[in-house]
Amino acid sequence: MTTAPPTAAPLPSGATLLEVRAVSKQFGARQVLKTLSLEIAAGEFLTLLGESGSGKTTLLRLIAGFEQPTAGEIWMRGTRLDILPPYKRPVNTVFQQYALFPHLNVSENIAYGLRASNTPKNEIAARVNDALDMVRMQEFAAADPARLSGGQQQRVALARALVNRPELLLLDEPLSALDANLRKEMQFELKSLQREVGIAFLFVTHDQEEAMALSDRIALLRDGALEQVASPREIYARPATAYNAQFIGQTNLLRAIIREGVADCGSFQFPYAGKDASALFSLRPEAITLAEDTPQPADPVRFSATIRQQIYSGATELLELETTTGAFLRARIASRKPLSGSHDFVFSVRDAIAVRE
Amino acid sequence: MYSRAYRFLVALPPILWVSLFLLLPYLLMFAHSFWTVHDGLIIHHWNLSNYATLFQNPLYVQVLFRTVRMAAAVTILSVLLGYPLAYFLSFRAGPRKELLYQLVIVPLWISYLVRGYAWKTILGSDGVLNGFLQYLHITHGPVSALLYSPFAVVLMLTHIYTPFVFLPIYASLEHIPRPLIEASQDLGASPRQTFFRVILPLSIPGLLAGATFAFVLSLGDFLAPLLVGGPSGTMIANLVQSLFGAAYDWPLGAAISVFILIVTLALLAITQRIEMRWSKRWSLE
Amino acid sequence: MNSATANSKPRSPVLAAYATIVFAFIYLPIIVLVVYSFNRDGVGGFPPRHFTFDWYRQLFADSAIWDSVLNSLIVAAGAVALSLTLGLLAALALDRADFPGKALFRRLVLLPLILPGIITGLSLLLFAVRLNLELSLITILLGHGTALISVATTEIFAGLQKMDRRQEEASLDLGATPWRTFWLVTLPNLKLSLIAAGLLIFTLSMDEIAVTFFLYGREYTLPLEIWGRLRRGITPEINAISTLILVASIILITVWYHLRTRSLRS
Repeated sequence: MTTAPPTAAPLPSGATLLEVRAVSKQFGARQVLKTLSLEIAAGEFLTLLGESGSGKTTLLRLIAGFEQPTAGEIWMRGTRLDILPPYKRPVNTVFQQYALFPHLNVSENIAYGLRASNTPKNEIAARVNDALDMVRMQEFAAADPARLSGGQQQRVALARALVNRPELLLLDEPLSALDANLRKEMQFELKSLQREVGIAFLFVTHDQEEAMALSDRIALLRDGALEQVASPREIYARPATAYNAQFIGQTNLLRAIIREGVADCGSFQFPYAGKDASALFSLRPEAITLAEDTPQPADPVRFSATIRQQIYSGATELLELETTTGAFLRARIASRKPLSGSHDFVFSVRDAIAVRE
Repeated sequence: MYSRAYRFLVALPPILWVSLFLLLPYLLMFAHSFWTVHDGLIIHHWNLSNYATLFQNPLYVQVLFRTVRMAAAVTILSVLLGYPLAYFLSFRAGPRKELLYQLVIVPLWISYLVRGYAWKTILGSDGVLNGFLQYLHITHGPVSALLYSPFAVVLMLTHIYTPFVFLPIYASLEHIPRPLIEASQDLGASPRQTFFRVILPLSIPGLLAGATFAFVLSLGDFLAPLLVGGPSGTMIANLVQSLFGAAYDWPLGAAISVFILIVTLALLAITQRIEMRWSKRWSLE
Repeated sequence: MNSATANSKPRSPVLAAYATIVFAFIYLPIIVLVVYSFNRDGVGGFPPRHFTFDWYRQLFADSAIWDSVLNSLIVAAGAVALSLTLGLLAALALDRADFPGKALFRRLVLLPLILPGIITGLSLLLFAVRLNLELSLITILLGHGTALISVATTEIFAGLQKMDRRQEEASLDLGATPWRTFWLVTLPNLKLSLIAAGLLIFTLSMDEIAVTFFLYGREYTLPLEIWGRLRRGITPEINAISTLILVASIILITVWYHLRTRSLRS
């Protein structure tokens, strides 16, 4: 990979860095990526989120150069990327299992890309040092990668990629090999590293909590197509489809018939401006509260339900409710003493989001 | 879980057998190397005269050097043939990899004698190669220098040992995790750089193993020279053979054998040490 | 390497051509051998004309050859029995027991495979002479069996490592003695390894010449018989027997390979 020529000025934050234009990918008879387009802005933390098989890793590899698109093009800063081999793209990757070179020590691993581009020796030494500082691995400079812990290896992999000053860093589920606590810690580190370095990160994961914690924007992939590309708050509050609503966080899916400005869900109705049709609504559990709790939500919709289960989880608890018409809903409320029997519940109309199938 | 009786019963027979039928014979050979022969009888007078003969008698020294040169030639040629083949199969062969691998393995199990005989029929004055060359009018008479020469021996042994050298190299190439190759390219190394900086270093253990194997077995080979070597292609093991045969000097033959044995073990130990140190620097799992 | 486009499978025509040449080098002599076994004018000269089965006819009438084949089969069968038994015990010992000299034992047992055959052959000869043993098929059998122990040990050891220990534990837990457990649980699990090892040892024994060279008496094995004739001159009859050996080896080794892959995969 050749670093961007020194004369190229860094793009202002928000300017488009990478364009995926109508790219699709087929492996034999299998269509892994249906035609999709995506833009990555300079300096942003964009996450490709999806289940296994959704095509997120394939998309990453297309951008890295390890696969060729069946159709479509990839552009970066006015240069066409998809016809270039991986070693000529100003893009670097942090691999899922780090892929550290076992026959080189930590410093030699980090210096690898610089050596490949014939950087002068003293510059290599200086930049390797900076990279070690950046990931706080200075004392491991001469260490054998095989002796490092998972978290340490990951930091070396990061340093090895970042030392080349790529414009875009690709991260292929880099945290999935770590245990839960370490993972949370590394999430913080990654996020602050990205802010500090200021380059765009394209992050692949199947963990929606991770995606929400880290990203500026999330690109949700399903079966090789983009379901929604938006900020975490946006996706959570206004999921475009039922799948998105269920994949990110938990939700209640309400089927309703809209007639003359009213959405009828059977157990309750609420005003909804829309064509007469059948529709699907997403209602987050935390949007439902007990009618007796204050403050009351705006534009309240009230209904009655029996508490079937109360699942305690510390600060909040999840109630499984059965409505008078036999529908099941989940509500998340602040923890209190055990409840039972029938109660009145309420939610705001604004929290019922219409979603596509 | 296993009682001491069980373990004892299980371990004893093989240990006894191996001590009796392997250790003892080798030790016996070792002992013979220090004895001498006199008037057709072996004298158990312990000395180093046999070893002195080996290193001082010009005939033996000459043959020894020739043998080492030939073994080196076989090794180098086998690697030059075997490594690119292994690389091709491992990295470029795609879906046919498994089939091609089997094709390389099969000749390994075809009788040594059969393959040696094949070369004999090909290289002779009336052989196939000469016939072929004359048929194409490239030569007008039989080229007799092909057979019964060190060249023929090296050719035959290279033919035999190339698959042997291929195997461990292929294994170590296959063992290289493919993400390492991708990482190298991702970091900007061209395919050529990737080969020299990642693939080759990581394949050294297999390379060393194969090369040592080929060298050591060529060094001690006596059949190839008998088949295709002629008087000019005699190797050190042939001297041993005749010393145990017509020339009747078992102690001297034993000494040369022990020498081959020690060289073999030393080489194996050295390469094993190098391999261990090389791969101790990393674990590829 | 074409660097203008990024391919996941780069084309390397030079390398492919080179690989083809190496393959040709490996196979051509063998193909020549087989082809000339059908050549009426014998070995040599080019091109071969006049296809014939005569050499094979001659071969089948040659009783000396078939006697030697029988001898080889006897030796090989004996070597298989010997090596498998000792190899099985050795593998079990290496897997489960700690005894002094374990490392030495492992190295010692491997020696016949890594040393040039002449050394092992001569050592055994010296030993036989010391014991006043007459050289015969028995000495050849003992030589092969001993030399090939480590072939059996390696295969069976691999099979043992792969085996699920808990089956044995379950057997003991259910009340079976170690002896019973061995026969009813351990051995069946090693079936594939044993067969694979047996096949390999059989093939190696049938083909063995270097060690056999120093241990033979009045009866010849097949390689010895062929060797004797080679010293006297070339006849295409040898091409014929070689071709048959080739076919048999290929069959045996293919079976072995598939068994091995199956045993490693299961």
